[in-house]
Amino acid sequence: MNIPYTVEERPDTGLANGKLGIWLFLASEVMLFGALFSTYIILRTGAPEWPHGELNVWLGMANTFILIASSVTMVMAWASLKLNDWGKHRLYLISTFVLAGIFLVNKYFEYADHFRRGELPSHSTFLAIYYTLTGLHGIHILGGMIVMAYFMGPGAKMWKASPDQFANRIEYTGLYWHFVDLVWIFLFPVLYLL
Amino acid sequence: MHSDPEAIRKHVRTYMMVGAALFVFTGITVAVNQIHLAVPLAITVALIIATMKGSMVAAVFMHLSHERMLIYGALVLTVLGFLILMTVPSFTTRDTIGTPVHVEAPAAAHPPAH
Amino acid sequence: MDKTGIHPGGEHAHVHTDAHGEHHEELGFWRKYVFSLDHKVIGIQYAITGLLFLLFGFTLMMIMRWQLAYPGRPIPLIGLWLGQDRAPMGIMLPEFYNQLGAMHGTIMVFMGVVPLAVGGFGNFVVPLQIGAPDMAFPKLNMMSYWVYFCGGVTMLASFFPKGGAAQSGWTSYPPLAIIAPGQTLWLVGMIFLITSSLLGSINFIVTIVQLRAKGLSYMRLPFFVWAQFVTSFLLLLAFPPLEAAGVLQLMDRLAGTSFFMPSGLVVSGKPLMIAGQGNPLLWQHLFWFLAHPEVYVLILPAMGIVAEIIANNTRKPLWGYKALVYSVVFLGFMSFIVWAHHMFMTGMGTTMSAFFQTTTMIISIPSVVILTALLLSLWGASIRFTTPMLFALAFLPMFGIGGLTGLPLGLAPSDIHLHDTYYVIGHFHYVVAPGTIFALFAGIYYWFPKATGRKMNELLGKIHFWGSLICINGVFFPMFMQGLGGMNRRMYDGGAQYAHNQPLLKYNIAIGFAAWGLALFQLPFIYNFFSSIKWGALVDRNPWESTTLEWAAPSPPGHGNFLTEPIVYRGPYEYSVPGHPRDFVPQFEPEKA
Repeated sequence: MNIPYTVEERPDTGLANGKLGIWLFLASEVMLFGALFSTYIILRTGAPEWPHGELNVWLGMANTFILIASSVTMVMAWASLKLNDWGKHRLYLISTFVLAGIFLVNKYFEYADHFRRGELPSHSTFLAIYYTLTGLHGIHILGGMIVMAYFMGPGAKMWKASPDQFANRIEYTGLYWHFVDLVWIFLFPVLYLL
Repeated sequence: MHSDPEAIRKHVRTYMMVGAALFVFTGITVAVNQIHLAVPLAITVALIIATMKGSMVAAVFMHLSHERMLIYGALVLTVLGFLILMTVPSFTTRDTIGTPVHVEAPAAAHPPAH
Repeated sequence: MDKTGIHPGGEHAHVHTDAHGEHHEELGFWRKYVFSLDHKVIGIQYAITGLLFLLFGFTLMMIMRWQLAYPGRPIPLIGLWLGQDRAPMGIMLPEFYNQLGAMHGTIMVFMGVVPLAVGGFGNFVVPLQIGAPDMAFPKLNMMSYWVYFCGGVTMLASFFPKGGAAQSGWTSYPPLAIIAPGQTLWLVGMIFLITSSLLGSINFIVTIVQLRAKGLSYMRLPFFVWAQFVTSFLLLLAFPPLEAAGVLQLMDRLAGTSFFMPSGLVVSGKPLMIAGQGNPLLWQHLFWFLAHPEVYVLILPAMGIVAEIIANNTRKPLWGYKALVYSVVFLGFMSFIVWAHHMFMTGMGTTMSAFFQTTTMIISIPSVVILTALLLSLWGASIRFTTPMLFALAFLPMFGIGGLTGLPLGLAPSDIHLHDTYYVIGHFHYVVAPGTIFALFAGIYYWFPKATGRKMNELLGKIHFWGSLICINGVFFPMFMQGLGGMNRRMYDGGAQYAHNQPLLKYNIAIGFAAWGLALFQLPFIYNFFSSIKWGALVDRNPWESTTLEWAAPSPPGHGNFLTEPIVYRGPYEYSVPGHPRDFVPQFEPEKA
C-alpha cells in the first residue's frame, strides 16, 4: 500500500513526510540537549567554584574542525546526488563517516587520559556534566555513523530503485548530522573554554 | 529546494565558503578565550560567536533559509520551549525564601553503597 | 447505496484485496497479527496491552487499600505467596507498600492510560478520521509499540530483583531515589517508554499534517484529531527533558555522580562519600517540566473522545467548535509554563511563586471553555442514552469536580495545607479515573463496532457504567475529606500513627470496599469485551449514524482502509441540518444535485 507524499511533496505544505518527520525529531533533540544545558547552568550557578583548565582545549578545537569538515562533506554527499554524481556521493559519504570516526577516536583518547588521572564522573559535578554532555553527543555521532554505514552498504540499492527517495533520505541524514555538529558548536565553548 | 544542476553548483560554492567561515570563527573563539575576559563578558562573546556559527549551519547546510513555514513554526515553538527550559528553573532555584546553606564537600569521592 | 458502502458484516480478515484492488500475498500469522505495520493492528495491540496494564495497576492498588483499611492484617488470598521480603506471614512491609504505590502510579500513567489513549485510540482512529490509508511511518509505528512493550516488561521485571521495585513514588525525587533500591530498572524502563512516545508523537504530527484527505482542512477536522495533534506536540517537546533527567539519575546511582545529591548528606548515620554540590530541585524541575504537560496528555484525548460521542448522541453540532480548537491549542502552549505549581513547598520565593500561580489560574480558562462547550452542546439535544453516551456524560461532572478541586492546589496559600495530602490524590484521580478512564471506556464502546464489525452488549454496558460510577465516587470523594483533615499521602499504615488522623481512618475502610466493588463491576466489561468479539450483534459501516470519516470505511476496515478515495465536503458535525431528510449528513457524502 502506498503512503502518499513519501517522496513527492504535498502541495499545500510543500513538504515530504520524511522532511517534516526529521525536523520534528530534531526539535525533540533540542529539548533533550536543552535539559542538559539547563542542568549545566543550575549546577554552575549553584557552585561556589568551578574548575578551569582540566580539559584539553587543543584536542577540543581539533575535534571542532573535524566535525565542521564532516558537515561540509555531508552536505556535499547530498548535493552530489542532486548532480547525479554517484562516485562523488560515495566519496563524500565515506569521508563523513571517516571524519566522524576520527572524532570518536579523539574522544576515546581524551576520556582514557582523564580516567588514567582519576578524573572520573564521580569526581566533581563539572566532570559529571562534561561526561554526560559529551557522552550523549558521542552516542549521537555513533548513531549517525550507523545510519551512514547503512546507506553506504545495504541501503545504497535504493539509488537504483528510487533515486529521489534515496536523495531525500541522504538529505534527512544530513539534517541530523548538521544538528549533531550544531550541538558540538555550543558544547565546545561552554565546556572547554568558559 | 532547487533541483537543477546550475543552482546546486552555486550552492556548492556557498557550502565551501560557509565551511571556511566556520573554521575561522572556531579559531576566533579559541583566540578570544586566551584573552581571559571577565566571566559575564566571556560568556556573552562565546555565545554570540557560537550562535553565529550555529545559524550558518542551520541556514545554509540545513537549508533552513528557504524552508517551509511549517518547519519554521515547529522550530519557533521548540526555541520557546528551549528558552523556558534554560531560564525558568534557574530563576526559580535562585528565588528563595531565606538564605541557602552551602555545605563543604567531603575530601574523598566514592560512589554510595547500594 | 452510496459508493463507500459494503455489505453488512464487514470485511473478514482473510480477504486480501485491499482498498485499491491490488492483490498482496497472504501475510503469515506473525507478520499479520504480531509484527504488523497496519495502524489498526498496532492500535489494538496498544489498547489491549494498555488495558492489561491498567488492570494490573488497579490490582496493585486493591492490595494497597487492604493495608490502608486494615493495617497490619495479613493480605487475604495472595498474602502468603508474596514472600518474606514483601509480606512476611502475609503482612505487608512498609517497603512493599511503597513499591506498590510508586509502581501503581507509574504503570497507570505511562503504561496504561497514555498507551491506550494515544497509542490505542490515536493509532486506530486518527488515520481513519482523516481519510488516510495508514500512518505516515508504518515501520516507525510498529517499532514504537515494541519499544513500549519492552519498557513495560522492564517495569514489571523490576519487582523481582533483591530490594524490589522502585519505591520512591512515581515522582522519584532524589536524594531518596538515588539511595533507595529498585530505581535503576525503573529508569531503564522509563527510557524505553519515553523513546516509544517520542517516535509515536512524530508519527502522529506528520500523519495529521500530511495525510489529510482532499477537502479536509484544519477547521473541518473532528475535535478528536485536534486533541491528538496538540497531545503529540506536548509529548514531542516535554518528554526529552525527563529522558535526560533519567540518564542523570542513572549516572548518580551507577557512576557515583552528584547531579542531584547535595553536599553533606548523611545516610544511616554515615556521611555519604560523594562529590556533592548537586541540586535535588534540578530533578524536580526536569521531572515536572514533563509531568505537567503529561497530565494534559492524559486528559486531551479523553476530551476528544467525549466530544465525538456527545456530538453523535445529541444529534446536534458541537457548540463552539472554534472555541474548542483555540482553547485546546492555547492549553497546549500554557501547559509548558505552569509546572512549578507542583513545587510550591520547595522554598520558592514569592516572585516565581506568583508567576506560577498566575499561569496556573490562566490555564484553567481553556479547560473551563472546553468543558462549558461540551455542556452547552447538550442544550436542546435529542440525547440517545447509549452506553458510550452515559460514560461521556458522566465525564463532564467528574472532570468538573477534578478541575475545581485543582484550584486550591494551584494557589500557594491553600496549597501549603493541602500539598502531599489525600486531597491531592482525590483531585488528580477525579480527573484521570472517573475523568479520562470513563472517556476511554466510552471510546471502547463507541469504536468497538468499527474495529470488529460487532456491537458490545448494551445491558452489560449499563451495569458496568452505573456500578463503576457509584463505586469510583465512593473511592475518591472521601479523600477530599481526609486531605482537608490533614492526612498525608504515601503512608503505609494509612496515617494511623498520627493523632490528627484518627477520626479520618474510618474512611479507609469505606474506600477499600468501594475499590473492591469497583473491581467487581469491571467483570461485566471484561466479559462483554471478549464475548462480543465472537458473538456481538453484527453491524454495518455506520451503526451510530455518525458524520465523521472513519464511518465511511468498512467495519472492520481492510488493508488501506477505504474502498475508494475519501473526499470531504463539509464540517465534522453536520447533524440535524434543516431541510435535510436524515438527521445527519456525513462529511464524506457528496451533495446530491
